[in-house]
Amino acid sequence: MSDFQFATELFGQGVANGLMYSLVALGFVLIYKATDAINFAQGEFVMIAGIVVSALLSPAYGFPIWLALFIGLAFMVIFNIALERVVLRPLIGRPIVSIIMATIGLAFILRGLGPMVFGAAPRAIKLPIPDFPIIFGPFFFNPIQLVGAGVSIVFLLGFGWFFMKTRKGVAMRAVADSHQVSSAMGINVEQYFALAWVMAGVVAMLGGVLWGSMSGVDTQLALVGLKVFPVVILGGLDSIIGVVVGGIIVGVVEALASGFIDPYVGGGTKDFAPYVLMILMLMIRPYGLFGRKLIERI
Amino acid sequence: MLDAGAAKSSDTILTVANVAKSFGGVQAVNDVSLEVPRGSIYSIIGPNGAGKTSLVNMISGFYKADRGSIKLDGTELIGRRPSKIAELGVARTFQNIALFRGLTVLDNLMLGRHVRMKSGVLSCFAFWGPAQREEVEHRKRAEEIIDFLRITDLRRLNTGELAYGLQKRVELGRALALDPTLLLLDEPMAGMNQEEKEDMVRYVLDVNAEFGTTIVLIEHDMGVVMDISDYIAVLDQGVKIADGTPDRVKEDPAVIRAYLGASHLQDKV
Repeated sequence: MSDFQFATELFGQGVANGLMYSLVALGFVLIYKATDAINFAQGEFVMIAGIVVSALLSPAYGFPIWLALFIGLAFMVIFNIALERVVLRPLIGRPIVSIIMATIGLAFILRGLGPMVFGAAPRAIKLPIPDFPIIFGPFFFNPIQLVGAGVSIVFLLGFGWFFMKTRKGVAMRAVADSHQVSSAMGINVEQYFALAWVMAGVVAMLGGVLWGSMSGVDTQLALVGLKVFPVVILGGLDSIIGVVVGGIIVGVVEALASGFIDPYVGGGTKDFAPYVLMILMLMIRPYGLFGRKLIERI
Repeated sequence: MLDAGAAKSSDTILTVANVAKSFGGVQAVNDVSLEVPRGSIYSIIGPNGAGKTSLVNMISGFYKADRGSIKLDGTELIGRRPSKIAELGVARTFQNIALFRGLTVLDNLMLGRHVRMKSGVLSCFAFWGPAQREEVEHRKRAEEIIDFLRITDLRRLNTGELAYGLQKRVELGRALALDPTLLLLDEPMAGMNQEEKEDMVRYVLDVNAEFGTTIVLIEHDMGVVMDISDYIAVLDQGVKIADGTPDRVKEDPAVIRAYLGASHLQDKV
């Protein structure tokens, strides 16, 4: 196989995985946009969703797949509403560092609580999707990757539509821009905070099921969340298009690093290559490719 | 100059009674009482730090008064959240430009209609049925305001692209989109050139005359204030030192001592 062919194949893989990173990162961006909170626990939300769904599917409970997905979704919605109420809302208006520390703490608590409640053994999420490879010309995919990429695209477009075209979406952008002015316009800001957390719960659920079905479910699943940071720094913290592009870049860089650099150095570059890119981006263009460059009057 | 109060009814829309607010050791507003007649243009003036903006922030719910009462048509406003007060018909603009960046002029105005809209997240996502009808109806009102303020050609533009004076006008439009009974304008003419100021003065007068909206105005430009106000209250260091018609306030010795006498009239622009 020529290098070019190999590169194309890796590129396809990278795009598919990247879109799934985008989906997880979207949860982070939604919360940041609406509430200004930096949420370090998005990966743990993904993990919790994966753990809940896989537990429901396990012989101990034996739920059918559709019911497990539905309960998982309902769980994540309620779970995130509760978190927002109990942990995040009291911190509104506090220095950003308090919120960051609180979500880091939350992340570790969830990593402990998940296995404590549902058991620590790795489990699988078996979706009714075949596992023979699909070949499109030079591209080579696992069907779950295609489903994942498809679901990601649908949801990213859906959220894009929501923010650009619907009234609630526009109101949410207004809330993101200024809490004070929004409330002077009669917008109940706290309702939109809750809505952002619910949306983050929904995308965490999708991410948990997709990544969980590819790599199995245990606390390692939370590591997907770490990929969120290069994605959002590359794309811009508050941009949905940025999340898509950032996700694809991270996916592709990862795939190319694993295919072309790892064999020479014995592996490992796949995991840090996106962070190298992230640091470069911070030096060159700290607000990311699509982020809003704030100009403030001093 | 308007004939103060002549054609206007004399009942009170907003009653501020013995309101006080302190921040730490600083008494920002101390025992201030105002009665704003319905349909009037009521200006609050005073040197910097007199407590004008604090007072407006208490009326619109951003600060909670320590004492006293603020009633809009008999409804107590103290203790209500700002979004609720907006729903009750109090709209405001801000000292610094506070338009939503990244949104078009029309979107900004439609956000003003937000409080009057009822459909939920999911139906508004799908954009059919009631959500769509509602949107169309409110869009009509937004377009009326756009016509009124003569910003028709700007409505698809991003607010960030507009000149300063136009941004202020859009901000006024967004406040009007709430269909307020009481409109609080916090220095709407600050930083404007003469022409922009004249435009803004005309719109403020038109809003008052055409929609019958009661306007509470904070403004530093004495010429403007004396010209368009029906009533004026003067604050100094958190205390109301005078109120009444422009002519009376102008003659008031306390005002001259505390405010006008301190520096030249026109320096206060």
